[in-house]
Amino acid sequence: MPGTQTETPYVGSIGMEVHAELLTESKMFCGCRNAFGGKPNTRCCPVCLGLPGSLPVANRLAVELVIRAALALNCAISPIAKFDRKNYFYPDLPKGYQISQYDQPIGSGGWLDIEPEAGPRRVRIRRVHLEEDTGKLMHLPTGESAVDYNRSGVPLMEIVTEFPPDMSSADEARAYLVKLRAILTCIGVSDGKMEQGSLRCEPNISVRPAGSAAFGTKTEIKNLNSFRAVHRGVQHELARQSALLRRGDRVAQETRGWNEARGETVLQRVKEVEQEYRYFPEPDLRPLHIDDAWVASIRASLPELPDTARVRLVEQYGLSATEADLLTQTAAWTAYFERAAGLCGNARATANWMMGELARLLNAAGIEIEQCKAGPEALAELLAMVESSKISGKMAKGVWEAAFESGEAPAAIAARQGEQISDADALGAVLDSVIAAQPDVWSALCAGDEKKLTFMVGQIMKQTRGKANPGEVNRLLRDRMPGGAQ
Amino acid sequence: MKPLTHCSLRALRDAVRSGEVSAREVAQAHLDRITEVEPAISALLAVTADDALAQADAVDAARSRGDKIGPLAGVPIALKDVICTRGVATTCGSRILAGWKPPYDATVAARIREAGAVMLGKANCDEFAMGSSTENSAYGPTRNPWNLACVPGGSSGGSAAAVAAREVAGSLGSDTGGSIRQPAALCGIVGLKPTYGRVSRFGLVAYASSLDQIGPMARSVEDAALLLEAICGLDPLDSTSVDAAPFTATAVTRGDIRGLRIGVPREFLGDGVDGPVVAAVRAAVEALCAMGATAEECSLRTVRHSLATYYILAPAEASSNLARYDGVRFGLRAEGGSGHAGMTEASREAGFGAETKQRILVGTYALSAGYYDAYYLRAQKVRTLIRRDFDAAFERFDVLVTPTSPTVAFGIGEKSDDPLAMKLADVCTLPANMAGIPGVSIPCGMDRGLPIGLQIMGRSFDEETTLRAAYAYEQATHWHTLRPEVNR
Amino acid sequence: MPLTLDDVRRVARLARLELTDDEAAVQLRSINELMERFESLRELDVEGIEPTAHSAPINNVLREDAARPSLPRDEALAGAPDAREGCFAVPLILEAS
Ligand SMILES: [Zn+2]
Repeated sequence: MPGTQTETPYVGSIGMEVHAELLTESKMFCGCRNAFGGKPNTRCCPVCLGLPGSLPVANRLAVELVIRAALALNCAISPIAKFDRKNYFYPDLPKGYQISQYDQPIGSGGWLDIEPEAGPRRVRIRRVHLEEDTGKLMHLPTGESAVDYNRSGVPLMEIVTEFPPDMSSADEARAYLVKLRAILTCIGVSDGKMEQGSLRCEPNISVRPAGSAAFGTKTEIKNLNSFRAVHRGVQHELARQSALLRRGDRVAQETRGWNEARGETVLQRVKEVEQEYRYFPEPDLRPLHIDDAWVASIRASLPELPDTARVRLVEQYGLSATEADLLTQTAAWTAYFERAAGLCGNARATANWMMGELARLLNAAGIEIEQCKAGPEALAELLAMVESSKISGKMAKGVWEAAFESGEAPAAIAARQGEQISDADALGAVLDSVIAAQPDVWSALCAGDEKKLTFMVGQIMKQTRGKANPGEVNRLLRDRMPGGAQ
Repeated sequence: MKPLTHCSLRALRDAVRSGEVSAREVAQAHLDRITEVEPAISALLAVTADDALAQADAVDAARSRGDKIGPLAGVPIALKDVICTRGVATTCGSRILAGWKPPYDATVAARIREAGAVMLGKANCDEFAMGSSTENSAYGPTRNPWNLACVPGGSSGGSAAAVAAREVAGSLGSDTGGSIRQPAALCGIVGLKPTYGRVSRFGLVAYASSLDQIGPMARSVEDAALLLEAICGLDPLDSTSVDAAPFTATAVTRGDIRGLRIGVPREFLGDGVDGPVVAAVRAAVEALCAMGATAEECSLRTVRHSLATYYILAPAEASSNLARYDGVRFGLRAEGGSGHAGMTEASREAGFGAETKQRILVGTYALSAGYYDAYYLRAQKVRTLIRRDFDAAFERFDVLVTPTSPTVAFGIGEKSDDPLAMKLADVCTLPANMAGIPGVSIPCGMDRGLPIGLQIMGRSFDEETTLRAAYAYEQATHWHTLRPEVNR
Repeated sequence: MPLTLDDVRRVARLARLELTDDEAAVQLRSINELMERFESLRELDVEGIEPTAHSAPINNVLREDAARPSLPRDEALAGAPDAREGCFAVPLILEAS
């Protein structure tokens, strides 16, 4: 919270507009592929280029994904929804209007519960609607711009929080976005990739003196490409506005961009007057009648949501809230956990292993759990071997690293490694007998004749018929030499 | 056999099918006619002679191979220049689209080609189909074949004049407030605006999306019906097209009109409608009754609000539909103006004509903050009232009969300085667009050497009854057999 | 209430039309003449009347989510007044979105 003890404390109000590109195969109103990247203007047709005479036809899956998201966000689904045209000129908007939803969005009146450190909080959601994305502008060296319409017409869902805002801190803003992303990815509506811009968030922020009823002038922040950026951006903006007010200045209604490198928001444009969008019903599209049966069938297809899964994991497996949080961060994590715990019968060990070794390796490799070569079956197999003492806990780590690397089954890896004698006790006995049989060589070695080491190792290998772990043998021999560890 | 350019579309089709003439001969005869009369008429913005002959040859080749050939085999056609044709300039009569070649075909363009028709060219029209005289074309006016000093009507004036002057056997126009029927009336031909949703709008450059409809223009009801049969039907590329009961031309020409109940709404015969027009319409009603129909006067109380409703709704939609002409992806980019916004403004200033600008301004105003409820929303509600009036009338009547235009063709330049007087030319045709119902115009008389049009409106998706009444009237009269002598 | 020249200018800006002074004056006159006709709509009682946006009451016209081929890029760019590096080139953007 901005403000200090000695000066007027200010209270922040944070609303959030989130745009998520939907996981469809084709665009919202035409058959062009919905994909990321690629050569500019290669996924375009008369419809998404807005060529004269072209007409939109709405994508059924996109409509259903928005209903799905609205249900997951506890919204009421409008029995009649329609598309409207939002009219404005910009070169990335090919038709001179964006097909969106104005007064009859698909979902409204929902909420999402967050648990930031300051305590649990319900963030109300005003509306969830469907629209189309714009093209992308790039800058040419000449100062002119170049437009790529590959993104034009990609189905886009907009989620807007209720006013007056329920959030007041950067922590809450981040928690909201983390939770929203978890839900949207869990239900398969969005890939949640903030860095690619498929999930974009634009917080609007204002501050007012504590105790004041009137809201302050709000600013909007763009370019927030990560959770961290959201947290820092909101925090910076709250502080900036509070400082302005404290100095007796005014906050201007403007759009500000987050500059990650400089760690501050910078002015993008001043909003003098509200844009006049001249919304009217899109005459090229028919209204949507969303009946109970349609809603029910979509509701029935919803997977377990992160909140529900978390509660269940605590109850069913006796996990702590923190553990359950981590294991339900995405649907893939939950599924992995439950599969592995089910197979090996040891939820505790599964949880520990996932939060420890698995998380560590995923982090190091920079991949998601979905891309992990060692699946829940592999983990269960490994944990079962540990449980039955077929391998030591220490050995299990090595086996797991190998399995993570190659995808090979842990049992096979362990069997191969088990052929080798690495165990210090087992090798120690062999060492003793070889030293006893070769006292001269041993004395020479201890006196500094390094060449004798190779001979001793050779004797031990001979004795174990090649199964001894040579590295371990080396280490043990050195330990026994004078000045060694022993 | 008559000269090929005197033959009906049906006769040409039959002759090509039977092998009596080749599609190439038909195409060539009409191309020759175009060469002969175009300098006087200026109905076509582009003549696609090479493509046409190649396509005619393809029809002939298919026939000689014994392949199945389409229901419009070898029929020479023109398309209004608001209909996209792949690789063939589609200008909408506007400077802003000068030379623009669409990379795709409108659904109707594809369908008539599949049916074997041969497109000879693109027809002139008022800019973006906004107008009633074709004088708003950036490429100059089209002249009425009956009197070259007169307008052919509009906005599908080129489509109408080309058919009347026998440059083509049939054409496609588009009708938002009367743009097929009014020029059909003024040029003495048949023009049908189908029910909204009957024909795909995909590839029709939008003027007012909730009102626009493509329809056939020809010299007989049967020919128009054959064209409609070829182009109608559900199109997955147009969300507003409708999967209605199929339409067939044979259903129109079969059967009679005994027992047909005709309503004659008095609002269409009042002030502002010329005496000879009223007389011709009344005579036509009598002729229909002589064939076994019954007629009764009736009233559509709210239709007098159609003009106001139309000039709010259509410009509002147009202001949005025409926003895409920004000089970025296609069309004219004018020099001057600073930055992207300045470029767009300069391009629109240079590219649009005065009438188009006026409708964009009116429509933008009607949608702007503070005026939406008073204008746009209210007009949409009045539209509901107009529809209800028609619904009620169609409970008592099978068709409604009115004049198509309050007057015959007027002189070129006569109304150019009076935009409102020009707009009143559509007063009889606008209501059908408000209600979405079909309406056909057929010749029903002459006044001072110029044709008078009779409008017959029917129930939604009942083009069959509408056209059957028109067909019966046509068979009983000689008006459609009159031919203008195009005097150069 | 008739429009003023300022109204016409404001609306022209919204519609990205650059009108000359003469044009604006002529447009003002004919727009006001047309809009006088709109007054008759005020006589009608439209209380409780549903607006008509489409003439046929058909809903849920949706396509299945399947990708179809796009235009080859040269065709997509063929109509562009200025195409460069596979993109549509536009002058410097001074205005904000
Ligand atoms: Zn596309």
